[in-house]
Amino acid sequence: MKVKQNDEAYNKYVESVTPKHSCVKNCINAFLIGGLICTYGQFIFNLCTTYFDMEEKDASSWTSIILVLTSVVLTGFNLYKKIAKYGGAGALVPITGFANSVAAPTIEYQKEGEVFGKGVKVFTIAGPVILFGIFTSWCLGIIYMILKALNVI
Amino acid sequence: MSEEFQQIVGKQSIRFSTPPAIISRCSIVGEMEGEGPLASYFDEIELDPTFGQESWELGEAEMVRRTVSKAIAKSGIATEDIRYIFGGDLQNQLVGTTFGLKEFNIPLFGLYGACSTCGESLSLAAMTVAAGYAKHVVAVTSSHYGSAEKQFRFPLEYGNQRPLSATWTVTGSGAFVLEAASKEQPLEQYPRIMGITTGKVIDYGVRDSMNMGACMAPAAADVIYQCLEDFGVKPEYFDRIVTGDLGKVGTEILLKLLRDNGYEIGKQHMDCGVEIFSNQEQDTHSGGSGCGCSAATLAGYLLNRLEAKEWHRILFVPTGALLSPISFNEGESIPGIAHAVIIETCKGDK
Repeated sequence: MKVKQNDEAYNKYVESVTPKHSCVKNCINAFLIGGLICTYGQFIFNLCTTYFDMEEKDASSWTSIILVLTSVVLTGFNLYKKIAKYGGAGALVPITGFANSVAAPTIEYQKEGEVFGKGVKVFTIAGPVILFGIFTSWCLGIIYMILKALNVI
Repeated sequence: MSEEFQQIVGKQSIRFSTPPAIISRCSIVGEMEGEGPLASYFDEIELDPTFGQESWELGEAEMVRRTVSKAIAKSGIATEDIRYIFGGDLQNQLVGTTFGLKEFNIPLFGLYGACSTCGESLSLAAMTVAAGYAKHVVAVTSSHYGSAEKQFRFPLEYGNQRPLSATWTVTGSGAFVLEAASKEQPLEQYPRIMGITTGKVIDYGVRDSMNMGACMAPAAADVIYQCLEDFGVKPEYFDRIVTGDLGKVGTEILLKLLRDNGYEIGKQHMDCGVEIFSNQEQDTHSGGSGCGCSAATLAGYLLNRLEAKEWHRILFVPTGALLSPISFNEGESIPGIAHAVIIETCKGDK
């Protein structure tokens, strides 16, 4: 072609014609879905403490387990995707989102076998969260240790 | 230029002196495409996403097998008389094509041109028969939503929000049987491939894999521009200029890039990705994509309209985005490529 924009100008132009999701609408949706998931968690927690006479610590564990179970079942029926499409970060940030990111590759890669399929690919999406999550807590632990040794805390 | 090179036109085009004919075609698509506006034009709509197989990958292979075998059956040519197959898909190492075609026992050229493969396979098939290397050849191209998403994006059940510029990979394939024409038998009753313009790799430095239209539009603009220059024609020469899968965003960019270069194709232009889905109802965002998108649309809708003499001549321009998950992760930009194929039917009674 005769006329060629430079890459920078082209990328700028592309950005100007590319439609974007509305941030406000996304935030509201995320608030609603995230809020619903948390309310559901609180409901399980209350159920555990009121009807099953659990200690708070046990009730929290049960709450997490049931939330994860719910998310995995919904993922299996391909329903969690629909919730996440609507709720965005509201569905991805809670523990249910993490469960979805582990369950989805497990389902997708089971055809490739136990080791190289499920075994290798199970954390393809959640892997970075686990790695950097553990690393961050390790760093915080070191800081905590130093501060404690210096009698700051 | 000497007599023997008279088919060479301009910088990167060929005008066939005896244009090869597309004597039969077949398109098979998945359920979602079957719910789209072009549903009635496809040969088959398969509701089972794995086509009765165990995985997406084998499902795509089965789709390719069925498409080719139906296209050959419709042509009336015996399978052993097909000299070559030119085929490609989006899967790593082309396993969709190769596994699907292994039982045919026909010499195969496996092609990868990302979503431009349909243009590439038709171009090479046309060149082969026009040069007299074969009387009958098959060109086939496919893509599958499941196998492509898994390979290029995320597992299917993973929840995420697709940007509005993202496209939806089409599950579909299109196969074409080409026959060599001669002076005695010009095969004018069929749609014929009059010429081709082969595209170059064009990189404008776009890095967003969720905005494929912007990656490919410069390549489409370049090859359309070159085709018009090489053949010395105006956009009006074509009833339609049909790009592969630029989607809504890419279409807007293409029109602007060509306008900057002195060509206004707004009246002629349409995009397979925009046509194949009903964007509002099917929520596909920018439109359909994948090399099966243009292949199935050509085999189903476009050739049907040409045969019905609604259009007389089209410029078919499948567009491909050249990336791999590795090149993308390594931060490389996404160049595009597009190939133009001129398909014409004889003006006759409607």
